[in-house]
Amino acid sequence: MSHALTRAKSQIVQMAKEPVVLVTLITIVALLGIFILYPLFKVIQLSLMPDGVFSFSVYEYIFAHPRFRGAITNSIMLGAIVATLATAVAYLFAYSISRTKMAGKKAFKILVYLPIIAPPFMFGIAIILLFGNNGLITAGLFNSYNYSVYGLHGLIITQTVGLFPLAYLMLVGILQGIDPDLETCAMNLGASRLRTFFTVTFPLSAPGILAAWLLIFVASMTDFGTPILLGGNFDVLSVQAYLEFTGMGNLPRGAALAVILIIPTIGTFLLQRHILSKRTYTTITGKATRHTADTATPLANGIFFSICLAICLFMLMFYVVIIVCMFIKIWGVNWSFTLEHFVYAWDVSLGVLWNTTLLAAVATPITACISVLIAYFIVRKTFPGKKYVAILSMMMFAVPGTAVGIGYILAFNEGPILLTGTAYIIIACFIFRTMPIGVEASIASLKQISNDIEESSANLGATTAMTFKRITLPLITPAFFASATFTFIRSMTSLSAVIFLISANWNLLTPLLLSQTENLMLAQASITSLILCTTLIIGIYIIKKITKLGQERIFGKTN
Amino acid sequence: MKMINNMINAQSMDKWESADLVLKNIIKQFDDGSGQTVTAVNDLSLTIKKGEFVTLLGPSGCGKTTTLRMIAGFEPVNSGEIHLGGRQIDEVPAFERNMPMVFQSYALFPHLSIFENVAYGLRARKVENKVVKNEVDIALQLVNLVGLEGRYPGELSGGQQQRVALARALVLKPKIILFDEPLSNLDAKLRIQTRLEIKRVQKMLGITAIYVTHDQEEALSMSDQVVVMNKGKIVQVGPPEEIYNRPNSVFVADFIGNANFIDVDVLEVKDKTIVVNLQNQTLEINNSNSYHDIKVGEQVYLSIKPEAVNVTQNEAKFSGNLYSTSFLGANTEYEIEFENIVISSVQKNSESDLKTLTYGSEVSVDFNVDYLQIFRKE
Repeated sequence: MSHALTRAKSQIVQMAKEPVVLVTLITIVALLGIFILYPLFKVIQLSLMPDGVFSFSVYEYIFAHPRFRGAITNSIMLGAIVATLATAVAYLFAYSISRTKMAGKKAFKILVYLPIIAPPFMFGIAIILLFGNNGLITAGLFNSYNYSVYGLHGLIITQTVGLFPLAYLMLVGILQGIDPDLETCAMNLGASRLRTFFTVTFPLSAPGILAAWLLIFVASMTDFGTPILLGGNFDVLSVQAYLEFTGMGNLPRGAALAVILIIPTIGTFLLQRHILSKRTYTTITGKATRHTADTATPLANGIFFSICLAICLFMLMFYVVIIVCMFIKIWGVNWSFTLEHFVYAWDVSLGVLWNTTLLAAVATPITACISVLIAYFIVRKTFPGKKYVAILSMMMFAVPGTAVGIGYILAFNEGPILLTGTAYIIIACFIFRTMPIGVEASIASLKQISNDIEESSANLGATTAMTFKRITLPLITPAFFASATFTFIRSMTSLSAVIFLISANWNLLTPLLLSQTENLMLAQASITSLILCTTLIIGIYIIKKITKLGQERIFGKTN
Repeated sequence: MKMINNMINAQSMDKWESADLVLKNIIKQFDDGSGQTVTAVNDLSLTIKKGEFVTLLGPSGCGKTTTLRMIAGFEPVNSGEIHLGGRQIDEVPAFERNMPMVFQSYALFPHLSIFENVAYGLRARKVENKVVKNEVDIALQLVNLVGLEGRYPGELSGGQQQRVALARALVLKPKIILFDEPLSNLDAKLRIQTRLEIKRVQKMLGITAIYVTHDQEEALSMSDQVVVMNKGKIVQVGPPEEIYNRPNSVFVADFIGNANFIDVDVLEVKDKTIVVNLQNQTLEINNSNSYHDIKVGEQVYLSIKPEAVNVTQNEAKFSGNLYSTSFLGANTEYEIEFENIVISSVQKNSESDLKTLTYGSEVSVDFNVDYLQIFRKE
């Protein structure tokens, strides 16, 4: 123990030699404490001390009531079903992309990203348009007005389509990390293609499959937009917490429901990280020229192609109905062409669009900078408590937006830091909720830069600050870009946390979209979501340009 | 020659006088990740005189690179002191030590041009632009890289990258340059050429060089002093000839000379020699390690360098069986089954007439007694 103390002391002494470094670290730790730990503490505190004294009464009430008990089991059930379906679809897709010679791979690779840049329940709108009470297929095609899409099945379809790309991204990385030579070798030793798949490819990607499953499980459980829209009588935790907190004004019960939601998500998150850290199968050699093993017959290629095509067409159908819906007078009732919805959208949505874009644009560079800094400290510096800083900076990834929103309201509602109702609370929420991905991307990218290069810089006389600016930063611009892009997308499209934080002055597009959809202003909602998508695409393009310009300034216009 | 004079003149302006580097009782321990402490460097003391070319030589894991990294300031020492010219420097941060290092990976900055790579240290010292240009030009001339200033590291061959790394260090006119296995990524021919180049520049500029390698040929050919390390400790320090000809231990004899070791019994202890029994014949060997308390009847190691073994078809004192032959160009290496072990022998080709022999056939063996040594068993 005293040994650890002396070591901690010597590490701080080492850092104090460069005050900039020490001050930066202290600032980072303080920010993490204020904007991550403190709000979570407030949520837990309120749920355990409803009347200022410690008691489990809130939890006892929740577990005694079938509605809340049902919400808990429903959330878990929905998460498990969606995770299983989405992972299966994603694996099929990822395998087709990385391991077969099917046609149209390039197009599929782009199409699969579509749901990622869509607002969380854009597909919910499409589902209502297709299968709702006045839906094109239910009412229009089958003339069936008794069918209801609201409930578990509607949620499953919508979330599966919306979330499978997340699993795809993870799985395609893992499949590409498996050296195709292993498969070629298996076939060379006499294994059939099917046997090769079941004895080599699948076992090697199994940890990744589990990790992807857990990722989707958490994403589904913490989703708020889809269940509030399509849940019907199917109660889930995130919606119940919101309703209790804002609708019923029962703050302790809302907080307690959020805490109950936190427990499985953080547990899952830790489990997932554990699995991925143990994943030693993938062989990253840094050599780009690797041959794809010929693991599929022409027939199989055709089958994979058909499945991928079906998935993509299904997704595209959603977009098509949303686009068509913008021009239809009253969906399901009066199919005549109109442009009047655009007038409304112009009046209402444009101001909110400006707000949303402004706040996301402010949060984006800040998040990217903080992420890179934190990653730099985690990878390159030694300081006491480093492990906890790492966990803390990643933790928000697992904390449900509902809990974050409630926590921010509770933490910043009164002094010393009074932020409620201002733009700052929304910006802070954007920054700290999206930071984990930035930190993760920066860590991965830093680890690829050989330590020698930075040591060499110090060895030649550069201070830590100069090394960071002239060597590290230019070399991790791709990670910087990735984290900026992610922040922008996630900020523009997130709902579950900011729905607690918006005010009359600062409304955002996603809550507006929700109220439009709830009021069945589907055409207006369609326009709003497409505006959102367009803004995202433009935003990503601009971020890319800026990053490239910055890169050229540092690198010079390179070869 | 003028440019070299420039550099030498400028050296006297540096803040540290050219001086000896002294390591005193250095200890370095690491956590091995599972909570176990591993001692990488164990109570190491060493004085490196100014202007010397000193090699830290040893097998991987012997602590040589860790020692170098502590000198550079990348690793703090756990205990002990490092002094440069009387000033204690082990607490000085790496970027203030002014001991540029040439890395095994070269560690060139991939996003900076060759010019900016070489200029990097000067920029860190806020040297004005005109001077930077001048100094970089001189450094690039020194390593024959003029004309490549605008290129990027990725566009250069391995040998050129290596010379950029050297120029980047030389441009700072350091008292001490550190080398961490700088040649191990080059092919054999280039390695020999570059090693001569490094040695030439080092002597010309009078810089102290501390050079880490596991290649004994590199160490022997370049060094003024060789420091042989094993398991975190110094085993032997001395000029290359001494290390090679008079190793002080089985470890050094094995690592530097690839010696063969045969168990023999002591028959007689004389004033300066020891007589041992080998294949029922006597061999009188120099007591080069001055073992005084060695006793008759004691079993010791007889160390035989491969080049001291003479294999012939003519009559000789000893005999063995041919186990394998490898033709190496100028030399041929034979492996001989001798006294139940396999010993190796390297001979010049012109002298050997053994090509017709088949494996297993009996050959005569003789030893050049001057190259034999006795080591006590630990």
